[in-house]
Amino acid sequence: MAACSIEDVLAKAEKDEAEKLKSITVHKELDLEFDLGNLFAFDKNPPDTREFRQKNKEDFLCSLARDNTQLLINEIWKLPTERVDEVIVAKLPEPTTRLPREKPAPKPRPPTKWEEFAKLKGIQKKKKTNLVWDDVHKEWRRRWGYKRANDDTKEWLIEVPESVDPNEDQFAKRIKAKKERVAKNELNRLRNIARAQKIKVPGVGLAPTPTDQPSKSELGKAVQVAKVSTASVGKFQDRLPKEKAPKNTGKKRKFQPLIGDFSTEKQKQLDILKVMDSKKPRLDITKAVNKQMREEDMESGSKRKKGSGKKRRKGNFSGKKGKGFGSTAKSGKNRKPRMKQGKR
Amino acid sequence: MRPLTDDETKTMFEKLSKYIGENIKLLVDRPDGTYCFRLHNDRVYYISEKILKLATNISREKLVSVGTCFGKFTKTQKFRLHITALDYLAPYAKFKVWVKPGAEQSFLYGNHVLKSGLGRITENTAQYQGVVVYSMADVPLGFGVAAKSTQECRRVDPMSIVVFHQADIGEYIRSEDTLT
Repeated sequence: MAACSIEDVLAKAEKDEAEKLKSITVHKELDLEFDLGNLFAFDKNPPDTREFRQKNKEDFLCSLARDNTQLLINEIWKLPTERVDEVIVAKLPEPTTRLPREKPAPKPRPPTKWEEFAKLKGIQKKKKTNLVWDDVHKEWRRRWGYKRANDDTKEWLIEVPESVDPNEDQFAKRIKAKKERVAKNELNRLRNIARAQKIKVPGVGLAPTPTDQPSKSELGKAVQVAKVSTASVGKFQDRLPKEKAPKNTGKKRKFQPLIGDFSTEKQKQLDILKVMDSKKPRLDITKAVNKQMREEDMESGSKRKKGSGKKRRKGNFSGKKGKGFGSTAKSGKNRKPRMKQGKR
Repeated sequence: MRPLTDDETKTMFEKLSKYIGENIKLLVDRPDGTYCFRLHNDRVYYISEKILKLATNISREKLVSVGTCFGKFTKTQKFRLHITALDYLAPYAKFKVWVKPGAEQSFLYGNHVLKSGLGRITENTAQYQGVVVYSMADVPLGFGVAAKSTQECRRVDPMSIVVFHQADIGEYIRSEDTLT
């Protein structure tokens, strides 16, 4: 009984020990698939659904994960190992499973302006051969680049066309043209980049503004630039009826000299006066009406004073300028003389 | 100092012509010598050629006045006549107003001319016509703008304004420090 009990106790203790340190051998219906390069195991066994429902779900998942991890680690131990600085290291094989990429695939480069245009017009790229025949050297040479065929930069003589200035340096002209083409190409490249990034491309007219609503001055500037952006530099551009001339157009004020030609200055002023004179209307309506009213007044006045001719002696209505000033402020002729008499 | 530009000349002539009409020609084209208009510190000076040449010896900052100041250009490029121009406006004036001796002082203090102070007025004066104001003894006192036409002047009541004051010779004392 005692011996039996001792064996039992030992067996129980052993069992407890085994329970605590779970065995490294795990039994599975189907073998797992391993990809040790990625430290990856794939369990194809169907999970025990009954047990999953009965047992605590967390515990079930934990034990399943432990078992599978144990199998993965067993597999790693099968690999050749070595000891590096007191640490045992296994050399993993190449991964076999292809994993999806972490980041989304890059978008295709947006087409350049030319590519868009070419697509619109149906222009297709034609492949040209790399080598072309060079007649001068009698050999096949590259079409472009170093030692190219038919190299026009290496010409020692350029025929001057009939239409151009004979003193012009044709070599310099060619170099300049090349440089300009390069610069233009670079500009277009940058523009394409800017377009692709949706940055406003700086150009003439409105400068790129940080705000959506440009200010009044900015708009004014844009209008001015647009107006002079014609073939005749805005010379024949129409103006709105009350539009003011643009200010600060970069034109410097120019004045006549202080002591210049006095006779031309005088002539200029007389011309201005002539123009001003000619612009005056021939018939000043208010003036005409006033004149008419005055005449009527005079007529009625003379009728009234037919009898009293004595008082008319001052009545001299000849002109507006005369020193006589027959004209008086008040309608009654008789008032003025009386006033004068009072004064003197 | 510099000559006037065409625009400035035109603005000034338009203002002058309100007072002396086409008689500006007599100012520009004088038989007794060459006279010209020059701009200095926004003011227009009427100078004889001789004086102008002498004035060139004086630096711009130091030059206060030369010749006769006709007026000045405002910052909006309008032209304002100054009382100093009266000497040239009075002999050529086309429309004149005489004020009674009692009203002289009021005018010289910078007030408008009322109907009660009106001695005589040139016949045919239109409303808002530039006029030169004289005393009854034919001494030019200043200039202004007719508030009423001659016809209307006859009918209005004595306290209504007939000439708006613009400049008078009292300014020689009142604004002595700014007149040049």
